[in-house]
Amino acid sequence: MIEIKDLCKAFGDNIVLKDLTLTVNGGETKVVIGRSGVGKSVFLKNIIGIMKPDSGSIKINGQEVTDLSEREYNKFRMEMGMVFQGGALFDSLNVAENVSFVLDEFMKLDKKTIRERVEEALGLVGLQGIEKMMPSELSGGMKKRVSLARVLCMKPNTIFYDEPTTGVDPITADAINNLIIDLSHKLKVTSIVVTHDMNSAYKVADSIAMFYHGRVIAEGRPDEIRNTRHPVVKQFIHGEAHGPITDNENLIFGHSH
Amino acid sequence: MLANIVSYSGNIIVHVVRYVGDLTLLLGRTVYHVFTPPFNAYRVLSQAKRIGPGSFLIASLVAFFIGMIMALQMAYLMLEMSAEIYIPSVVAVSLTRELAPVLTALIVAGRIGAGITAEIGSMTVTEQVDAMRAFAVNPVKYLVVPRFLGLVIMLPVLTVFADLVGMLGGFVICVYKLYISPTLYFSMIADALTAKDIVTGLTKTVFFGAIIALVGCHQGLNVQSGAEGVGRSTTIAVVISFILIIIADCFFTTLFYFLLRV
Repeated sequence: MIEIKDLCKAFGDNIVLKDLTLTVNGGETKVVIGRSGVGKSVFLKNIIGIMKPDSGSIKINGQEVTDLSEREYNKFRMEMGMVFQGGALFDSLNVAENVSFVLDEFMKLDKKTIRERVEEALGLVGLQGIEKMMPSELSGGMKKRVSLARVLCMKPNTIFYDEPTTGVDPITADAINNLIIDLSHKLKVTSIVVTHDMNSAYKVADSIAMFYHGRVIAEGRPDEIRNTRHPVVKQFIHGEAHGPITDNENLIFGHSH
Repeated sequence: MLANIVSYSGNIIVHVVRYVGDLTLLLGRTVYHVFTPPFNAYRVLSQAKRIGPGSFLIASLVAFFIGMIMALQMAYLMLEMSAEIYIPSVVAVSLTRELAPVLTALIVAGRIGAGITAEIGSMTVTEQVDAMRAFAVNPVKYLVVPRFLGLVIMLPVLTVFADLVGMLGGFVICVYKLYISPTLYFSMIADALTAKDIVTGLTKTVFFGAIIALVGCHQGLNVQSGAEGVGRSTTIAVVISFILIIIADCFFTTLFYFLLRV
């Protein structure tokens, strides 16, 4: 279970997250939606400890993590995995080395076990037989799936997805959505999916939270969000140009707000 | 006008102090991780392989021509005093103490330092460094330490080769242009060159290697705003490395001369 309370994060004068409060229950798939630049990725990076919040609380399974040292945080990181927006595969390593990265670094496993774990993880994302390929030889969708395989190799109990379907064709996007659902059901992992792809959000979510001006402005089951009367949420999910969200709106809002 | 100058100077001083502080912090973290297990010799060796053999040819080429130029410039003066016999000594001592260490460091800073910034910078903008941290892997341990050790080990080795090849350049001019016998050339070098010349020259290169690695990695890890940022950081890394190498050279030369009397 992940509990975020009054989380604040600013970059200079730009306040990205302001008193953001959100709870993700164990085994739940929470989808976070919102416009580009609203702070969705920053939110994930604060949870996984890549960024430090300015104030507020993040509790993972009841333990406050915001004041932990890097070394203490690493214990939590070993149980969490993050699928980055562009895959973030290591350029100098081939697919197998990317997938086995954490195993090679931390776990004293023999080569045969590592190879089996890599094959199993690649099998789960439907990409067998590409172990020797380099990241530069993969398509965008394949990179995201390899990135997911890299996370699965760790056998995490929580997975964060940063825009997993952005930039891939609809068929690959649907395959990634199915993967997220399968993993949630089969492995009972807790997931936070950051996206602005509403098809994906409705499909994978147990619940959806919308970020706006650094806060959660609406939260509910997919059908509740779909039928919302909140003008901002309504405009966003229907992708309408006219409404309370305007083109010239300062997405990373400043201190004047 | 005066207020502007004071404000501008103040900003520069703040930037410089902050930069030196950041570099010192990175140095501290790097040294800490150098001595903290787990150790990965493979990563250090692969960096050393990339730095050493990759820069050998260009460092040797430059040293060879510098050796020739040194001998020719000395000949201009020494011939007038009929003291051309001392040219081999001057070439050898200058190369060993000063020219080979500094020029090799500058070449490596341009070639390897820029490469380090570009490589780590691209990793930063494509979130590979973030991914490392998300997987509980320390980027300093994984990225900085191998490059730091690779440079600290390989720069003295390259300098030794540059010393030798530079003397070979001097040999060509002294033997074929000034008609000094090969035996005399080498015996003059052997008489003039002492262990302290070699040691002081090589000691400097250890610090030059550390400067190149730290500046390159620091710029790479702090790249902002995409591909343009990578290009800008790479240029800055080379410029800062050059400046710091020259400052460090001046510092160590003064230290060796006044304090250690070597």
